[in-house]
Amino acid sequence: MSRESALVSADWVEENLDTPNVVLVEVDEDTAAYDKNHIRNAVRIDWQDDLQDPVRRDFVSKAQFEELLGRKGIANDDIVVLYGGNNNWFASYAYWYFKLYGHQDVRLLDGGRKKWELDSRELVEEVPERAATSYTAQEQDATIRAFRDDLTAAIGVQNIVDVRSPDEYSGKLLAPAHLPQEQSQRAGHIPTAANIPWSKAANDDGTFRSDAELKELYETEGVDLSKDTIAYCRIGERSAHTWFVLHEILGVDNVKNYDGSWTEYGSLVGVPVQKGAVPGGPEGGEA
Amino acid sequence: MCSATVGGLSLEGIDVTKETVIQGTVSRDGQPVGGAYVRLLDGSGEFTAEVPTSATGQFRFFAAPGSWTLRTLAPGSTLDRQVVASQGQAVDVAVELPA
Repeated sequence: MSRESALVSADWVEENLDTPNVVLVEVDEDTAAYDKNHIRNAVRIDWQDDLQDPVRRDFVSKAQFEELLGRKGIANDDIVVLYGGNNNWFASYAYWYFKLYGHQDVRLLDGGRKKWELDSRELVEEVPERAATSYTAQEQDATIRAFRDDLTAAIGVQNIVDVRSPDEYSGKLLAPAHLPQEQSQRAGHIPTAANIPWSKAANDDGTFRSDAELKELYETEGVDLSKDTIAYCRIGERSAHTWFVLHEILGVDNVKNYDGSWTEYGSLVGVPVQKGAVPGGPEGGEA
Repeated sequence: MCSATVGGLSLEGIDVTKETVIQGTVSRDGQPVGGAYVRLLDGSGEFTAEVPTSATGQFRFFAAPGSWTLRTLAPGSTLDRQVVASQGQAVDVAVELPA
């Protein structure tokens, strides 16, 4: 993968609003954003209602994903262009999800909804009609998704990248600062994880930094990109943004996203936790 | 969840004595600016959170006590404001964008 195959610019999207095999998809948790307005011809996917199992904490099944894409009018050979608010956090999450189920050509709009709005580009209220398709997904690609046992085995062995803000990493905050802080899980981070906030990979307008800047960012933070890497955050959407940077823009092999992230790890019984601003040793503790 | 609710979350049902709230309004020429983006940066300038403003220009963060920077982005302008927050006492900030 490379920047050229994974990212498209706002200009490219404007030029392809009416291209038949290009499907724009807005992904936001805040569904009111799409209802208010969206890029012309964009359909909506709700990261929670459409992509999460309604009962247990897991993804929808392959069959449910096929039904969803069929209902949205997305075909196997369509170019899917994802965008959304929150600096593309949930669009990156959906991108990773589309890759997990093997969609061939999926791309991200650089800068997402924010860049589009700050450029004062056209947004409409009209919801497009797309004919249903018969979509066939692949089995989940296990090489890009990490589970909790992968994390406990990776402590002190693989690169673990905690992409939350420094205050969440150190344990000062339990959630991003636009959310209430009362939570059940422990504060801190997975021992030996480096703290490289997702935001360091993006400019203020939400676009990604250059390849050279991105490579330097991870290397100066001590991430040996020749080793296996797992990224995590609180619920796996900001780390999907970092997974996108490493795996899709920089083309680094063997990078996984841990979607259980801190809401799972921080609630596990008996696992080591590190508090404070340092990665810490494998046993964890308080710095 | 991690998504940014427009205008920040409601205070309904939240024990504000346990929270460190930074909130305010973005305006230009005395008119509220909806759909602007307000970024909360920590004491080292690192990004912590971002919310779009509501139709009435409002935003809200749940932070921690200390010094913060509010960076407001709107078409054609970017403005930084320094704030000091403390627990149990909401800080109200009026962000006036250049005309």
